[in-house]
Amino acid sequence: MIVDTVITEDVVSRHGLTQEEYKVIINILGRKPNLNELGIFSVMWSEHCSYKSSKRWLKTLETKASHVIQGPGENAGVIDIGGGIAVVFKIESHNHPSFIDPYQGAATGVGGILRDIFTMGARPIANLNALRFGDPQHSKTRHLLSGVVAGIGGYSNCVGVPTVAGEVNFHPSYNDNILVNTMTVGITTTDRIFYSAAAGPGNPVVYVGAKTGRDGIHGATMASKEFDKNSEDSRPTVQVGDPFTEKLLLEACLELMERECIIAIQDMGAAGLTSASLEMADKGSVGIELDLDRVPVRELRMSTYEIMLSESQERMLMIMRWESVDKAQEIFKKWELDFAIIGSVTETGRLVLKKDGTVQCDIPIRRLVGEAPEYNRPYLPILSPSVIAAADVPAPQFSLGEVLVKLISCPDTASRRWIWEQYDHLVMGCTMIKPGEADSGVIRINDTQRCLAVTVDSTPRYCLADPKIGSAQAVVETWRNIIAVGATPLGVTNNLNFGNPQNPTIMGQMVGCIKGMGEACKALDYPIVSGNVSLYNETNGNAILPTPVVGGVGVIDNCSKIVTSALRNVGDTLLALGQPANRKDGWLGSSLYLREIEGREEGAPPPIDFVAEKQAGNLVRNLIAENTISACHDVSDGGLLVSIAEMALVLKVFGVDIVTPEDILVHAWGFGEDQGRYIVATSSPMKVIEAALSASVPAAVVGVVNKSGMLTLNGEIIITVKELSYQYEKWLPGYMSYKN
Amino acid sequence: MKAAIVIFPGSNRDRDMAVAIRQSFGNYPIIIWHKETEIPKVDLIVIPGGFSYGDHLRSGAISALSPVMRTVEMQARKGVPVLGVCNGFQILTETGILPGILMRNIELKFVCKTIRLKVENSSGIFTAGYTSGQILSLPVAHNDGSYFADNDTLNRLEDRDQVAFRYIRTEGVLFGNPNGSMRDIAGIYNDNKTVLGLMPHPENAIYPFNGKADGQIFFDNLVSSL
Repeated sequence: MIVDTVITEDVVSRHGLTQEEYKVIINILGRKPNLNELGIFSVMWSEHCSYKSSKRWLKTLETKASHVIQGPGENAGVIDIGGGIAVVFKIESHNHPSFIDPYQGAATGVGGILRDIFTMGARPIANLNALRFGDPQHSKTRHLLSGVVAGIGGYSNCVGVPTVAGEVNFHPSYNDNILVNTMTVGITTTDRIFYSAAAGPGNPVVYVGAKTGRDGIHGATMASKEFDKNSEDSRPTVQVGDPFTEKLLLEACLELMERECIIAIQDMGAAGLTSASLEMADKGSVGIELDLDRVPVRELRMSTYEIMLSESQERMLMIMRWESVDKAQEIFKKWELDFAIIGSVTETGRLVLKKDGTVQCDIPIRRLVGEAPEYNRPYLPILSPSVIAAADVPAPQFSLGEVLVKLISCPDTASRRWIWEQYDHLVMGCTMIKPGEADSGVIRINDTQRCLAVTVDSTPRYCLADPKIGSAQAVVETWRNIIAVGATPLGVTNNLNFGNPQNPTIMGQMVGCIKGMGEACKALDYPIVSGNVSLYNETNGNAILPTPVVGGVGVIDNCSKIVTSALRNVGDTLLALGQPANRKDGWLGSSLYLREIEGREEGAPPPIDFVAEKQAGNLVRNLIAENTISACHDVSDGGLLVSIAEMALVLKVFGVDIVTPEDILVHAWGFGEDQGRYIVATSSPMKVIEAALSASVPAAVVGVVNKSGMLTLNGEIIITVKELSYQYEKWLPGYMSYKN
Repeated sequence: MKAAIVIFPGSNRDRDMAVAIRQSFGNYPIIIWHKETEIPKVDLIVIPGGFSYGDHLRSGAISALSPVMRTVEMQARKGVPVLGVCNGFQILTETGILPGILMRNIELKFVCKTIRLKVENSSGIFTAGYTSGQILSLPVAHNDGSYFADNDTLNRLEDRDQVAFRYIRTEGVLFGNPNGSMRDIAGIYNDNKTVLGLMPHPENAIYPFNGKADGQIFFDNLVSSL
């Protein structure tokens, strides 16, 4: 690419900019931009980097609380968990690249989010992911699923960060737009957190890590467009990851951070060197001048345009003091990484790029950032569909055992063992609760008795029916997942995945979801500290289901007080907390049951009562802290019977004699998805009932753990745990080996 | 009782190993960077798991050429006990300190799960605390764990009681050979049973909640046998 390329309307639109946006650029520069400048504006003003469609709504979210050290706006959010320890976490999407190249797309997604965490000074201690794939029968689904899982594992396993929790769903709406959202949680001390604001004119700008190549150029712009039939041609815009270099970069950065060397640090992620230098300069209200001839490159004759827009992985930009340079260089030399001084901080407030002795770009930074487009896109509010009465849903044609098998072995609920056995979930030696054992993954903080509980969740079918309730439910479910292992929920990160925001219905989904999420976080004192928005997840006009993914983090002060979902003691009573003892039916609208058994995706999703959620949550947490319960599992997809079955399926040893009130609608009582409920196992049922009574939480005895290994309902055998387990474990490996 | 852990670029279970050793030995091991050519006098040298050099070329192949491995080889010859876990086992076979090689898992996928292991013999220093035939639960986490050697080597290993651990093939989630190792071999000794290489991770099973605590027993045993 040559700088003196004529900027025509076509060049502008190929950069994803509108003519109006182009006019603003001319106004900011006082002249026409050259191609380098156009490229820089293009990525910075892409949806991916500028949040131009979502910003005005994101501002409404609850992001503050006394324990929040850093909310949205930095590389990641930071919360104070007491004792001088800070938890740093964020979730990010790599949807578009993962569809084009599942292995590298997913791998570099993990790499990017890991860097966001250690850029802040934290050592990553847990990875999570939320994945969405198309119809299992779609010809690409196996290929995408196996590539994404291998990519996530390939990267995280090598860097050595355990992948401890996640979720996977399938739906035809993701056939051509899969979702790969990855989350990392790290820890540091509250006095050692690093930010990205550049400071001190004259200070050197230091480039470290891998060399810059021609990969990933314009990745951010690609991720801000709808797909069409030619999208696979954009494979060259997918970055290629090297987890080994990332591991070295991680260790080198953390080693450097122990010395007083770094003034500011920013990873080069989306829009690479461009966004890293601009964001650092803008946050510090300074200018930056770079000499691109000094950037370590791995290919010959790279142009300014290519160097600035490359999304090569495993690179960092730092501002340091001159006197620290030698010390820093020594550390990077030890780790065999590139280290180059490529420019300096200036007082001009401008981004000036020099190459071959000439100025090839000169942009006023404050105006590029401040005048970035922000749209108030028109939206259609989505009205909640009508409520489906339980009595109007016919009883199943099959036996209860057959229904349970169908629900427990359907693609959305079947065992994920095939996936998480490919993730190293044990490295670092602090994994206390592994995948498949409970609602959250739990990791101990090294050298302490404290643990973090981490989880991700989203229920897109609820969000499609009613975005506001659906996204509030996602927040509430992560909250319950954290409570269910005995932890106190502290904060949230979100990943908003939607279709094209220029479609008022899609925009309506996004607005509804942000409102619901905001309300839920506010009601639960559960602030959002970081997040990501991924739009244009649509191909040839077919959008994905609205998928606001919520990642939650909680803390447990004493690692001996954790519980899992596993039924361990014969004779323990199972109680459903939050379940009225005389309830004879349940909420079937938008339920898994309705979809899998009746083939209907309709009806209002279950409503959420935040007051009741808090009462039930506090009760459960207290019961766990007092060692009153031996197992706990929240009730979600598939309702009471699926939840009870899942508890039996952890150890696959004991069964449950389930009891119900008289004259119930079995399918509605058993598979209804009313919110705010937990199943707990206890040897002291009276104590639990009394505690529930005084906490104003309804409670119902729903069963007793037996050693026969049978699931029975009011004395009649439903199925053996062994048979159920066989069905539960068999779907995914069978599917991946083309057996079903 | 003092141990040293050798670290390469890309080692990632070094901290896990150090924590496990500290828990049993009562002190933190010495950390040795791979470019060192000397190792202080210690009772045990450990090569931990990870992806040294990103598994480039072949897992363990590049690390085997690191300066420190000459020293490890010399110390091993002198009889200093050496333990290689996972990537450490791969490095030991690549240097030739242990026979055979670790190949890509038979299913061509990374595998992380808790499995059952049988202690094949209790005559070496790393297995002296067990009885032969004892069954342990330990996790594995690897891409290249399929032990391969020619038949003569395998026969010799068996004849000289150098097979330390085997995977158990029985029905159930916890059972089975997770990687296709020949003769279900999970860990082997050198000739004089002072060097042990094994794929499973005892250092990741040191709390009762974290798998079973069979890993802690492994390190506790070393305190009396070393």
